[in-house]
Amino acid sequence: MPSVLPPQFADLEPFSDWAVPTERARYAKRISSSMDELQGFYDAAFPRIDEALAYLDARTLESLPDDAKHLLWLYCGLMTASFPVEVWRQPRVPDSGAASFDAVLEPAV
Amino acid sequence: MPHFTKPAEGSWTEHYPGLGTGPVSYGDSISPEIYEQERAAIFSRTWLNVGRVEQLPKVGSYFTREIDAAGTSIVVVRASKDEIRSFHNICRHRGNKLVWQDYPLEETSGTCRQFTCKYHGWRYNLEGGCTFVQQESEFFDFDKEDYSLASVQAEVWEGFIFVNLDPTNTTPLREYLGKFGKGLEGYPFDQLTQVHKYRAEVGANWKLFIDAFTEFYHAPVLHAKQSVAEESRRLSDVGYEALAYDIDGPHGMVSTWTGETPPSDVSLYKPIEQKAQSGLFGPWYPSDIGLGEMPPALNPSGRKSWGLDSFLFFPNFMLLVWKQNWVLTYHYWPTSYNTHIFEGTVYFPPPKDARERLAQELAVVTFKEYALQDGNTLEATQSMLESRTPLTTFPLNDQEILLRHLHTTAQRYRDDFERASSAAAMHA
Repeated sequence: MPSVLPPQFADLEPFSDWAVPTERARYAKRISSSMDELQGFYDAAFPRIDEALAYLDARTLESLPDDAKHLLWLYCGLMTASFPVEVWRQPRVPDSGAASFDAVLEPAV
Repeated sequence: MPHFTKPAEGSWTEHYPGLGTGPVSYGDSISPEIYEQERAAIFSRTWLNVGRVEQLPKVGSYFTREIDAAGTSIVVVRASKDEIRSFHNICRHRGNKLVWQDYPLEETSGTCRQFTCKYHGWRYNLEGGCTFVQQESEFFDFDKEDYSLASVQAEVWEGFIFVNLDPTNTTPLREYLGKFGKGLEGYPFDQLTQVHKYRAEVGANWKLFIDAFTEFYHAPVLHAKQSVAEESRRLSDVGYEALAYDIDGPHGMVSTWTGETPPSDVSLYKPIEQKAQSGLFGPWYPSDIGLGEMPPALNPSGRKSWGLDSFLFFPNFMLLVWKQNWVLTYHYWPTSYNTHIFEGTVYFPPPKDARERLAQELAVVTFKEYALQDGNTLEATQSMLESRTPLTTFPLNDQEILLRHLHTTAQRYRDDFERASSAAAMHA
């Protein structure tokens, strides 16, 4: 599989399927993941967040190259994945049953 | 002793005569008959917010809205640079829905020079005038000037587009929005163009979800786990008191403190919040939006701990203005007495860099976590209100004043409408 992230973030390639452009898709990924998978992603990505932000902030948001855009989406995915790991200890929001709350409009990047 | 000064009467609720302090009936949230009255007396007669001007960037830009609660579909279009118009979404020939794509019952948007009916090709310009009739000479005594689209009153306040489906309405929008509308004018809503919009179908009466969002009494309990343990215990010991409440005609507002932003003690926040410098209250270091002096409706008690004002413009438009330079709107669109569509839309300034984009993302997904908890709790409430228990009235405390006001206002609209209808019937 070709790499999707900038070379210096090659260690995060195993989690590149979080690098998808919509919150809706990232949330679907979260609730179809096991806690082990979510914890693995969090443990790999969280310690590198400062480096990722420094890398991204050196570039213009409106014209990010694809690999940088993927990195940004992966970290958007970390925001979504942080709740099961830091708060709930389960992928879904407790007591949220069948409730859904779906993004119908999101920023392009 | 209250933490924050209450009115001289001793409570917010007693400050507004007519609200009473007794238990409140929730019979208005479980009755198909009352819902039909609300459709006629409220949703077919009041100003309803249906969108923002940014959704109609150029002449010919349009969107449709399905307003089930008023039993209609409308088209909203930018007819000229400075004019937004609205029409019932119905062709004058034989009643076909004029503007739709693929699925007739779904909303759509786009840009066009004129509207063309898919059925027989009748055309209408952006002012609603009929400009073309297929085989016009086949019709009898026919003048297409008589077949303009049925227009709907549309007005814009601070970039928010409202419609009123009552053709006899004589109250201008600004007058309807009253003191809160006037007091918010000048807020730079037009700077907040980074939009995240969410939608949910909720199995509860529309007023129950408004209830949930007009009191924060539930927050330290229902959402306890979303704070770090120590902060959560503290919040639940203290409970919740708003900084201020206010009521103006059918509208209401609550002014509240939030967590300190940016926080002086970051250990009260989760690791991800510390890294992204953001959370429920929004990005800790938001971009400047040129706010300057705050409009007078915001932070009416002038407290330093102020973080958020939440306005309910009756019946179903809630506008939340946060200290951290962002805005959240809620819309509750009833689809039956025990279902509605909830829309939550987040407006930020365009992020200047990835750090700000990520801070906004965390605020948005945090809002989503809360909304999922709130939404599901509502279905639990609706099902029990509908159950055959002997319980029909429920006590509301002083922090629940806006709920009392909402249900009282809805009833007043129903009563006024019924009185006017029976008076009209007597004269007939």
